[in-house]
Amino acid sequence: MNNEAFNNRDVSDSYFLVDIEDYPTEPWDKFKRVIKRTFRIELFVGLWVVIREMFKFDIHTISYPEEKMPIGPRYRAIHEMKRLWESDTERCIGCGLCEKICISNCIKIDTRIDENSRKEVSEYSINLGRCIFCGYCAEVCPELAITHGGRYENASDQREHFLMYEDMLTPLDKMTAGTQVEFEGFGAITPHEDERVKKTPLAY
Amino acid sequence: MSNITINIDGKEIKTQEGEFILNAARANDIFIPAICYLTRCSPTLACRICLVEADGKQVYACNAKSKDGMNIVTSTENIDKERRAIMEVYDVNHPLQCGVCDQSGECELQNYTLELGVDSQNYAVKDVDRSSHDWGHIHYDPGLCIVCERCSTVCKDMIGDNSLKTIPRGADALDAEFKESMPKDAYAMWNKLNKSVIGLTNGTDVLDCTSCGECAAVCPVGALVDTHFMYKSNAWELNRIPATCGHCSAGCQISYDVKHTSIENPEDKIYRVMNEWNYVSLCGAGRYGFDYQNADVVKDEVAFDKAVQAFKKADTIKFTSTITNEEALILENLKDEFGYKLVNNEAKSFQAFLENYSAISGTSLYGSYLKEMAESNFIVSIGSALKTDNPNARYSFNNSLTVNKGAGLYFHPVSDPIIDAMGKSIMSIKHKPLQEEAALYLILDLFADKEKLPSDITDYLASFHSTKTVTVTETIKEKIVEIVKEMKVNEETGEEEEVEVEKSKMVPKKVSKDVEVDDNRLLSVLNAPKSFTENLDKFLKKKETFSLVVGADLYNHPNSKNCARLVALVEKYSKFKIIMIPTLTNSLGVSLINELSDDEGEFSIGYNTKGDFTLSALGDGDLDMPAINQQEGTLTSINKRVNPTNAALGYGGYELNDIANALGLNVENTIDYTLALPVAKGFKAEKFDDLPDYYTNAGESMRGYELKKMDIKVSDDESVEKLDETLTLSDSLIYLANPVRQFSEFTNKATNLDEVSGIYMSEEFLANSELNEGDSVRVKNENGEVVANIVSDNKIAGDVVIIPSFDSKLNSEALFSGYRFASASIEKV
Ligand code: SF4
Ligand code: SF4
Ligand code: SF4
Ligand code: SF4
Ligand code: SF4
Ligand code: FES
Repeated sequence: MNNEAFNNRDVSDSYFLVDIEDYPTEPWDKFKRVIKRTFRIELFVGLWVVIREMFKFDIHTISYPEEKMPIGPRYRAIHEMKRLWESDTERCIGCGLCEKICISNCIKIDTRIDENSRKEVSEYSINLGRCIFCGYCAEVCPELAITHGGRYENASDQREHFLMYEDMLTPLDKMTAGTQVEFEGFGAITPHEDERVKKTPLAY
Repeated sequence: MSNITINIDGKEIKTQEGEFILNAARANDIFIPAICYLTRCSPTLACRICLVEADGKQVYACNAKSKDGMNIVTSTENIDKERRAIMEVYDVNHPLQCGVCDQSGECELQNYTLELGVDSQNYAVKDVDRSSHDWGHIHYDPGLCIVCERCSTVCKDMIGDNSLKTIPRGADALDAEFKESMPKDAYAMWNKLNKSVIGLTNGTDVLDCTSCGECAAVCPVGALVDTHFMYKSNAWELNRIPATCGHCSAGCQISYDVKHTSIENPEDKIYRVMNEWNYVSLCGAGRYGFDYQNADVVKDEVAFDKAVQAFKKADTIKFTSTITNEEALILENLKDEFGYKLVNNEAKSFQAFLENYSAISGTSLYGSYLKEMAESNFIVSIGSALKTDNPNARYSFNNSLTVNKGAGLYFHPVSDPIIDAMGKSIMSIKHKPLQEEAALYLILDLFADKEKLPSDITDYLASFHSTKTVTVTETIKEKIVEIVKEMKVNEETGEEEEVEVEKSKMVPKKVSKDVEVDDNRLLSVLNAPKSFTENLDKFLKKKETFSLVVGADLYNHPNSKNCARLVALVEKYSKFKIIMIPTLTNSLGVSLINELSDDEGEFSIGYNTKGDFTLSALGDGDLDMPAINQQEGTLTSINKRVNPTNAALGYGGYELNDIANALGLNVENTIDYTLALPVAKGFKAEKFDDLPDYYTNAGESMRGYELKKMDIKVSDDESVEKLDETLTLSDSLIYLANPVRQFSEFTNKATNLDEVSGIYMSEEFLANSELNEGDSVRVKNENGEVVANIVSDNKIAGDVVIIPSFDSKLNSEALFSGYRFASASIEKV
């Protein structure tokens, strides 16, 4: 690509002045402007479109909230926590990388040692009030555990709005039904990954 | 050692003759990869990654000594190949579990693997079962272990417990083909690594040591971790607060690693204590006794008003030395302003000891410090239960024995198996209580320059000597001649014939003879072992630097004044450098800052000790105070340094300065007092915020500042009192000391230090008595009595019973009148 267009930062000759009438200052002139704006023909054009469409019965509008827009598989909405296909156990190992990388500092994890001497995530929260849905957490996760999902409604009456581990985790019945959906966006495995990995010799 | 110049990668650097190349490089900020070497310990050559080329020859930087004019290159093509292969080998069969490993983010295996750009693996060997071990306060995962041997090295060379060693791994031998194809050093290192893992020297699966946690601290990977910290937090989440340990006078530099308690609770919590283990080694109290803060305190105005009223009423302030210099100065200023008597017996006796010492030595402070002690090669300890009075003094002793070919004498009435196990070149002299002066006289006798020593002392010392005749058996070589038959070829005939030849040979023979030897009565006064003189001769070979460390048994001795004067004479007339162990955390600071009184008046304020009105950082008094881990300020250490410490945790209540302000002193912050510490006593007028707190890469302490030794005018009276050989306590001895990892109520409060309080008896003592562990006993003498359960302690030996002071419920001081030994009757209840 040629960078010349970007390197030339002198934009002075691309500027031109817009021809705008001076704003009215006298009360009478102001009144005239209001009348002129109110009864402009565009208003009726708009109204006509609405009325025409009302009677056409071929409507493209989505009746939200009964109906929702289908969303692209890579869209970054509210997070999900995935389970392993083999055992249905949680994928998250509590490594804390998502907590570390999060640029708005909205992930917090508590870990502890469990009865089998393994690391266990005892608490995991995302403050959605701060999350900017950048996708870094999903990208950094080595276990493909945290991903984004398609749920985008997260209006809340408070600025702090927490998403807890249980809310994100794929429900077990969904696992039984085999309907957990892998995320295709940031952090997902890219095609041909196998070919790019260097093989390690194994002696057993 | 002389100053020399060497050249590393084209850079001229100054160093000492014989300094390891690695240390010289580090001191000059030159990076040489190194994994297994620990500063202050002996090189083990386990990793071999520190290869450099010195004058064209490949050597290991951690054990090759610098010579003048040496030319060193830190990287060549061959060395780079070796290093890369070494790191690949370390990654063989290393589990991919960085995601959960506690070391992740501060792991040297991660760092060096990245540093050397290891992106593929060429080596393999079949793995063996390496499941993990729960060793109590330490957790070992051999799967992660890279067998750098740092853990076992630090335990042996620094700590002196020698609890860890390498044991066989039981793996298949390496593929023979590797020997040909691999870089040589990498192969040798792998071959050794593949044969071992770490195990316990006691052969069991239970770690029974003094529990310092240094092994886990030095472990470069996540193989050894503190059990309490496992999977609690990632290293990078923790915020490091540089501080000074508040438990004993060693004043170790530590960092409190803090972060929020949990998702629900945003309050800071201390997760662990870390240290710069290349330069400072902690004990178990410092490492694990961190949560002694006075938690959840809010400003209680009613209690505060009562406190102010109490101060107005009081004529005495009693306190312990677990306070900062600044607080001590506040107390001193209050005393000047309102005429309080300041009472602190333990600091008072130390203060008196120092003054009596100064009267002869002419300096306000003893001359040496722990680093100098570790670097000396003959050490004598008198009057201190070294292991528990000041763990770092014991580490320095041990370090001298193991790394500097040192030797030493340990004079103490309580046998200590841990001290005895530090090596063959230490001799314990188990003398009777009250005979510490005899030990000091003996040191004078053995080491003082008799020409210069005042003549009456020389004469007095001579009076202990007599000659006696002993029968010794000697092995001599005797020449004997015997006739043997041999077959010989007759030159004339050419035939073989038997001839008789005379042969002489030397055979060893035992003879006994009477010899006149010198008999030193001091030795028998001290119950020195028979082999004392003989061993001492061996110990003293090639020794140049001498250290004498003395402790609280002398400060509280009935003849403590004489002891102090003897110590000063030893310093003055022999090569010994002196180091005194301050009794508690800041006893030295307090004894320099405060003018102390002997007896209390009518109404007393107690600070961290019981008074008519009690201020307490333990949370059990009438008004709460912040604990040392919640305070800014300075503490004076055994090394005569004024070390800064910072608040790791928040504190919501009132502090001493608030009371002082309410009484009219009007200084905004406690740390404003740092500037005002008494210059006449050796402190410097420096602001708290200007105090540095770090070690240089050469290992030099840049913490706070060093106290200045002040010159004291002395008379030339150097007289000392004669020894009272009859001074003794009747049998059934008790001794005021703490078990390993305990110092005070503050360590007692810490969750991870779970020592049971009670009456400590050695296993040997219990076996020879009717008593059993857990029995409730009454210890009683003319001073008072204590009832508590028996605890069996295998870190002591012999028949002296130890009464701890860390548990105030025991009220153990009731049994003693100053001196740390007493006799008492012990009976079951
Ligand atoms: S999407 Fe970005 S901001 Fe939101 S939690 Fe993940 S890393 Fe943090
Ligand atoms: S990065 Fe993934 S595995 Fe690691 S803590 Fe976050 S969600 Fe769990
Ligand atoms: S446990 Fe740690 S310090 Fe000890 S040998 Fe293994 S890796 Fe080294
Ligand atoms: S905790 Fe200390 S004494 Fe125990 S094995 Fe580790 S280094 Fe040695
Ligand atoms: S108690 Fe003493 S030896 Fe132990 S860590 Fe603290 S200052 Fe160091
Ligand atoms: S650091 Fe020199 S051999 Fe390991």
